Amino acid sequence: MSVLVNKNSKIIVQGFTGKEGTFHAEQMIEYGTPVVGGVTPGKGGTKHLDLPVFNTVADAVEQAGADTSVIFVPPAFAADAIMEAADSGIKVIVCITEGIPVQDMVKVKAYINDRDCRLIGPNCPGIITPGEAKVGIMPGFIHRKGHVGIVSRSGTLTYEAVDQVTKTGMGQSTCIGIGGDPIVGTTTKEAVELLMNDPDTKGIIMIGEIGGGMEAEAAAYVKAHGTKPVVGFIAGQTAPKGRKMGHAGAIIGGKDDTAEAKMKIMAECGIHVVQSPAEIGQTMYDLLK
Amino acid sequence: MNLHEYQGKELLKRYGVPVQEGILAESKEEAIVAYQRLSAQTGSPVAVVKAQIHAGGRGKGGGVKLVKNEEELREKAGQILGMMLKTPQTPGGLNGPGKLVKKVLIAEDCYVPRFEDCKEYYVSILMDRERKQNVIIYSTEGGMNIEEVAEQTPHLVHKEYIDPSVGIIGFQARKIAFNLGLSGTAFKEMVKFVQSLYQTFVGADASLIEINPCLETGDGHILAVDAKVTLDDNGLYRHPDLESWRDLNEEDPTEVEAREHDLNFVKLDGNVGCMVNGAGLAMATMDIIKLSGGDPANFLDVGGTADANRVEQAFRIILKDPNVKAILINIFGGIVRCDRVANGVVQAYKNIGDIQVPIIVRLQGTNAELAKQIIDESGLKVRSAILLKEAAELVQEALQ
Repeated sequence: MSVLVNKNSKIIVQGFTGKEGTFHAEQMIEYGTPVVGGVTPGKGGTKHLDLPVFNTVADAVEQAGADTSVIFVPPAFAADAIMEAADSGIKVIVCITEGIPVQDMVKVKAYINDRDCRLIGPNCPGIITPGEAKVGIMPGFIHRKGHVGIVSRSGTLTYEAVDQVTKTGMGQSTCIGIGGDPIVGTTTKEAVELLMNDPDTKGIIMIGEIGGGMEAEAAAYVKAHGTKPVVGFIAGQTAPKGRKMGHAGAIIGGKDDTAEAKMKIMAECGIHVVQSPAEIGQTMYDLLK
Repeated sequence: MNLHEYQGKELLKRYGVPVQEGILAESKEEAIVAYQRLSAQTGSPVAVVKAQIHAGGRGKGGGVKLVKNEEELREKAGQILGMMLKTPQTPGGLNGPGKLVKKVLIAEDCYVPRFEDCKEYYVSILMDRERKQNVIIYSTEGGMNIEEVAEQTPHLVHKEYIDPSVGIIGFQARKIAFNLGLSGTAFKEMVKFVQSLYQTFVGADASLIEINPCLETGDGHILAVDAKVTLDDNGLYRHPDLESWRDLNEEDPTEVEAREHDLNFVKLDGNVGCMVNGAGLAMATMDIIKLSGGDPANFLDVGGTADANRVEQAFRIILKDPNVKAILINIFGGIVRCDRVANGVVQAYKNIGDIQVPIIVRLQGTNAELAKQIIDESGLKVRSAILLKEAAELVQEALQ
């Protein structure tokens, strides 16, 4: 078991024939991910990386049975791509693209609200269920099949946590990079909830950062419904107020969205909060052994 | 990207939002000409000199002055232009060095016909992260610090959420005007004001528009006396004209230089510089520095391609800061191979030559062992680590 993606997923790549799309599709296929094709408008009917290219997502759903899509299109066209996937019946939409205007995402969020799909990202590394499916840009080799679920707003910091977990001898059930933008399709709480309900996940690592209220919401969920140990870390304890720290969503707006305030709430809700990012893996290991 | 008040008002005018009129001046001479032109337009000798810097609370620091005649204008404009203006929002606050004022807006006195007959409101628009919708926040308590109003009298701060698929609807604008207690001309003007303001917000890809105060004049007109506008950096590609308004004087010169090299850099006050790939890991690295007894001197995300050239540029930018006593490079090589980054570090180090501060390089991920070997055998004064914990210990050692 795992969540969102597995070996039976039927995955397509939007922006398949572009530079980014091609590079990462190759990596995904090499990892053993069940990629069934890709979409590049105007190139339908051709082959790319030995897989069919479709003009529209609807064609990919109809002809290749696609149920999952990973998006590598430039920011100006990403909102369009997400909405196309949602309208075509894709169930899991993973948007890697960084730099989508916030107003585009406001519209996307409203558009997909009443459609039966889940958006992960944008501005995220993607999702991986080790040994089954790598749907994103993360380095596959640091992962190992196991029982720790990871939720994170960051890319490389997620890899750091994954690596620490793997080095303790444990592995991961599914790692979900929810993205670093102010509006993301799946919140920390929603991702934690998915893992909490996954029988194969024994413990959850939740990595947040400054800005917004998603971690507090997830912490309240853990307090009310938590059945598994959760280890938490918030990046940006030393970040100044009002400055955007790389991610568009990483900006301290008030007194509630500092790292300190979030860590306090998380600890109060029973999450094992670590002060140092170097302790994430070991703390989870100690809790599960 | 932040706009100056005068730029914000220019943007608002394009969308039909009435604003307090004014003319920009960058010298005392220009200020006098601007004043003469403005007085001729308004028919009044009274005007306001407003310092144009990127910080709120300008009035508190003496950056906004009312003048009643040309003589006073000369005096006040002379005082404000070139002053180091300290406000609660400038670096270091009222006890900090302040910000140099290079421009002033000579603005009309819009509190007419009598100051006592005017009313100040608060109106702002931003994107609510929890609701994932744009929201108009408004209050009868204009001209005050809205955070304080919200804390002390929360019932006086109202919110109106906008459905993105329809945009602002007439009844919402009317509701706002009614809740502000308006009637007659002022009511009609406020309805239009709010609608135009929302068009500006969406049309220009703004992430914040704050009008404080929004004025109701004694004769029932509504206008923006101040305008704080922040644009969404991700939306700027749609607005090249607005991007050209960027005022580099308002930004840290090192940050400007970093941006030219495509490096995401934020200057901080600490003693340990850092260079990291990825924003989350960069923040986490700053936290590690703090836990090791240092203080981060910067945030720096080198991005996905940490090649020799980028590493060298990043080095040069970090080394500009004389407070830097050590540098921690933390790269998690996924797609980027660590050995290539290590070679980049060695090459950059040699190119720069005389680096006095200790450097700790932590490379983890693809080919990490090989990378460590490259660093260790380079003969340079660079310490290497693979685990984050080891890197933290090396930082601690370097600071002792």
